[in-house]
Amino acid sequence: MTGATPEAARTTSRGSVGEPEVTSKVLSPGSPPSRRFDLARHLGERWFRYATGAMALIVVGLVLLVLQQLWVGSRLAWSEWGLSFITRTAWNPVTGEFGALPFIVGTLLTSMMALAIALPVSLGIAILLTEYAPRLLRDPLIFVVELLAAVPSVVYGLWGIFVLAPLMQQRLMPAIAATPLGRLPVFGEPGTGYTLFTASLILAIMIIPIIASLSREALISVPRDQKEAALALGATRWEATRFAVLASARAGIFSAAVLGLGRALGETMATTMTIGNRVNLTFDYFESGYSMTAIITNELREAASEIHIHSLVAIGLILFILSFVLNTIGRLILMRTRMRGA
Amino acid sequence: MTGVGMPLRLRARLFRDAVLVALCVVALACAVVPLVWVLWDVVAVGVANLSLEFLTSLPAPPTIGGGGWANAIVGSVVVVGLAAAIGIPVGVGTGIYMSEYGANPLGRSARFLSEVMAGLPSIVAGVVAYGVIVVTMGQFSALSGGIALSLLFIPIVAITTQEALQMIPKDQREASFALGVSEAPTTLRVILPAAMGNVLTGVMIATARVVGETAPLLFTVFNSRYWMEGLDRPTATIPVNIYSYAISPFEHWHEQAWTGAFVLVTMVLTLNVAARTLWARRARFMAGR
Repeated sequence: MTGATPEAARTTSRGSVGEPEVTSKVLSPGSPPSRRFDLARHLGERWFRYATGAMALIVVGLVLLVLQQLWVGSRLAWSEWGLSFITRTAWNPVTGEFGALPFIVGTLLTSMMALAIALPVSLGIAILLTEYAPRLLRDPLIFVVELLAAVPSVVYGLWGIFVLAPLMQQRLMPAIAATPLGRLPVFGEPGTGYTLFTASLILAIMIIPIIASLSREALISVPRDQKEAALALGATRWEATRFAVLASARAGIFSAAVLGLGRALGETMATTMTIGNRVNLTFDYFESGYSMTAIITNELREAASEIHIHSLVAIGLILFILSFVLNTIGRLILMRTRMRGA
Repeated sequence: MTGVGMPLRLRARLFRDAVLVALCVVALACAVVPLVWVLWDVVAVGVANLSLEFLTSLPAPPTIGGGGWANAIVGSVVVVGLAAAIGIPVGVGTGIYMSEYGANPLGRSARFLSEVMAGLPSIVAGVVAYGVIVVTMGQFSALSGGIALSLLFIPIVAITTQEALQMIPKDQREASFALGVSEAPTTLRVILPAAMGNVLTGVMIATARVVGETAPLLFTVFNSRYWMEGLDRPTATIPVNIYSYAISPFEHWHEQAWTGAFVLVTMVLTLNVAARTLWARRARFMAGR
């Protein structure tokens, strides 16, 4: 807004007392045309509306195109196996046997673990930034957290390959295995560094900014007087935050988590580079696995048979539907809470 | 605060208060430490191998050493330029329509579908561009990469443009109407110039987002070891190079991947910082939203 106002004032003042000829030109249609090329007039009222409307139509058309392409490109897989494609576990390009389950499971396991790690961290950040951080530090800290979202996925992947995966193999996974956590059935014997768990950690780092930023918005929108009332009743700052702020911001935080999960599902490069890329239906986070995005990345270029390509695109369609559903749910809740806040 | 005469229960509550603040600080550290760590590695390893040769020459075989990514840098600029050339008119136009004439089914569905597309997994954009263009043309091309990236570019620009236009106070529009200026010139001459800074911010954020995208390029622009030969030919780009060099078995290529990452991160962060200083209000796509 700031900085925009003088610009606009200059533009509007063009028709003011200082330059009467512009005003008269607009008021009397018969006046001589100005020498400056007037794009707006040239296009005319209607045409401007139609031109921008055409752009909006393109956006609508693009989404339809995406759906149509994913459907047409995958129909062989659906006609061959029907919906059981989703629950089939075979993946063998040589014999032409394909099924999506190992990839769906890998994607869901890594995304949910990423969410489980990122949600408490993001909430802590959001609470710190809205309730505790001194005003002077607030903006720089917000900027730093947002920078996490700016680093490209492939750079996280690079870091994952050369820094995180070796560290996981040598230190982190053995350390976790030694604690009582290691006895949970989801953590097996540590082996390679490229595992579902490594991918989950990278995904967690990548979705922290979106969850933190949306949760912060949810916390800010809670009216201040609720918290102040709690403080006045003798609550400590944490109690006031928990009972007055967090309780009212629940819906907003939930939508933040849903949108974060949706982001994690579709994340490609960082996952592909750290998950291990082994077709392996497992629930053990310390094993190599595969994700829906990774199998497309690795095989679409080289896929030779028609059915192989269609199976890969079918996985893309499942991915699109999953992320569409999560995004829609998240946005709807967000819109409702925003409206209530306003 | 921790008075001696304080009841035990209150002291316990205050203690818990302090512990939870400490936990929040730990949470912040959990985000800041990886960021600093990643950036540190990118800078430390990347700068060590940064040279004029890297920026100006073609790749060399891994056994020889040396060589550079000049073709990939050019390729990235061209592909992102294509995405912007498609994305800016469509995105800004859609944003204007949604803001100025959007109270109808087309406006509402464009808005909803822009949100949907903003959440589109980037690899899906690649799959679609592969199916529509690569398969049709029978070869990988810079053009197909630009179109794949424009699918990610358009919704960001459309949404930020709409939000930018709606931030302009109603009085300005009304003042323009009062002077006898009709709707379209008001939008083009008054509202759009006033919102231009924020529209540009949206464009920069979108550029920053797509310049680092790898997945949509893998099966559209593919890769090349030579200078760009045309928009209809496979092309090298920085992100795809980082990926293929990183998973290669050659030590020398690993080092170059880090240097490429340094170049890419520098581009992305510059765009982000510039966008941030342009827009007084925090832009929503900064946090990847």
